Amino acid sequence: MPVLKADFGACQGYANCVAGAPDAYDIDDDGVVVLLKEQVPEGDLPRLREAARSCPVSALTIEDA
Amino acid sequence: MSHTGTTVVIGTSVAGVRTAQALRTEGYDGRVVLVGAEHEPPYDKPPLSKQFLAGTWEGSRLTLLAPAEAADSGIELRLGAAARRLDPAGHRVHLADGSELAYDTCVIATGAAARPSPWPAESGVHVLRSLADGAALRADLVRGGPVVVVGGGFVGAEVAATARALGCEVTVVDPLPVPMGRLLGPEVGAHFADLHRRHGVASRFGSGVEGVTGRSGRLRVTLTDGTVLPAATVVVGIGAVPNDRWLAGSGLLVDDGVVCDAYCRAVDAPDVYAAGDVARWYHPGRGTHLRVEHWTNAAEQAARVAHNIAHPDDPRPYAPVPYVWSDQYDWKIQIAGTPVGATRHTVIGGLAGATARGGALYTDDTGRLRAAVTVNWPRAQAVCRRLLTTHTPFATAVDQVKALASRGAAGP
Repeated sequence: MPVLKADFGACQGYANCVAGAPDAYDIDDDGVVVLLKEQVPEGDLPRLREAARSCPVSALTIEDA
Repeated sequence: MSHTGTTVVIGTSVAGVRTAQALRTEGYDGRVVLVGAEHEPPYDKPPLSKQFLAGTWEGSRLTLLAPAEAADSGIELRLGAAARRLDPAGHRVHLADGSELAYDTCVIATGAAARPSPWPAESGVHVLRSLADGAALRADLVRGGPVVVVGGGFVGAEVAATARALGCEVTVVDPLPVPMGRLLGPEVGAHFADLHRRHGVASRFGSGVEGVTGRSGRLRVTLTDGTVLPAATVVVGIGAVPNDRWLAGSGLLVDDGVVCDAYCRAVDAPDVYAAGDVARWYHPGRGTHLRVEHWTNAAEQAARVAHNIAHPDDPRPYAPVPYVWSDQYDWKIQIAGTPVGATRHTVIGGLAGATARGGALYTDDTGRLRAAVTVNWPRAQAVCRRLLTTHTPFATAVDQVKALASRGAAGP
């Protein structure tokens, strides 16, 4: 199953991912992305790919496990 | 779902690129052609005023869609080919190189251009919108000498911050009494004036520009109050205008952008869509047509347009909460909703000084949260964006953000 990944150092806290997929992404008190789940069911993939792609600094990826 | 035919996406900024990519994510398996006026591979614009201008990022790092990546996604790139004319009846786009492209569906994503400087000088007066603009401005900034930035909005403030970091002496000029005062209101805007001051950037807020004369290295900026500011380089950041003039004669309704319905379809050509800075669409939640010039809107609108093309049986209206960020000096500024038109606001946390971490929440006659401006507080911003989506009462929103502030203050 595909897996959510994040480059925590690159994250700028713009939070577009949270707006796009609040079930998968959140922002912590330091302004850094939090992954709320690891694995992505196939049916969720298009929506989560769009949410990952909405990151202005390309800090988010979805990788094939 | 199987799609036949061709979608031609015109424009290679974030709206165009994301439309092409999202078509594939949405399962669209027709032909996708992405047409751009510039010769460079599609690139991202926010770093132009920051990392690229500062010289910490090479231009290649701004690439949004490398040719190999486009090929992998089945996106045909036609670069260096500006669209000259659209023929909606004939379903054709005519390009500057004399060729034409037939389409079944067309997406207009030609973006906006920097409003040109109204003050002609021989040289040394810059706008900032393209990679070429950024390279030219950087070349002048590293040569040194005083810089005058005309316009205290997002672009102007970011350029001022970067020029200052490069060691330039900088003055920001804006006819408004406080920067972004029209957007944020005078009280919150005053903190942004202080931000410039704290970083050693001079400001002339409340003064307009009468004229700019001379040439690069030896410019003179005359203000409406008679002051003359010498400058080596002048940057003019006074807004943008949609790239819609090429649509004159197409028959499409164009009125400061391509006028679209709630599904982002041109009102008089249902197989033509628009996305990003060039689209003026009907926002069903607002009950009015809007045109938004921010990165996140371009990306979100592109995704919605792609969905509506790929799933004609399930069209979805586009009713986003506007969102924009700006990185200025040591401040990360994030704005959701529309502060303009608010009747009052509440400040939570602090908006002053180097350790600022706070937000201003705005409301109006509806009694609901209308907008949130945060400084160095992404978590509160993320919460407010969610509260705006759900039309939360203002008092509830204030309570939630205050609770977040006390939690943050308690430390880990």
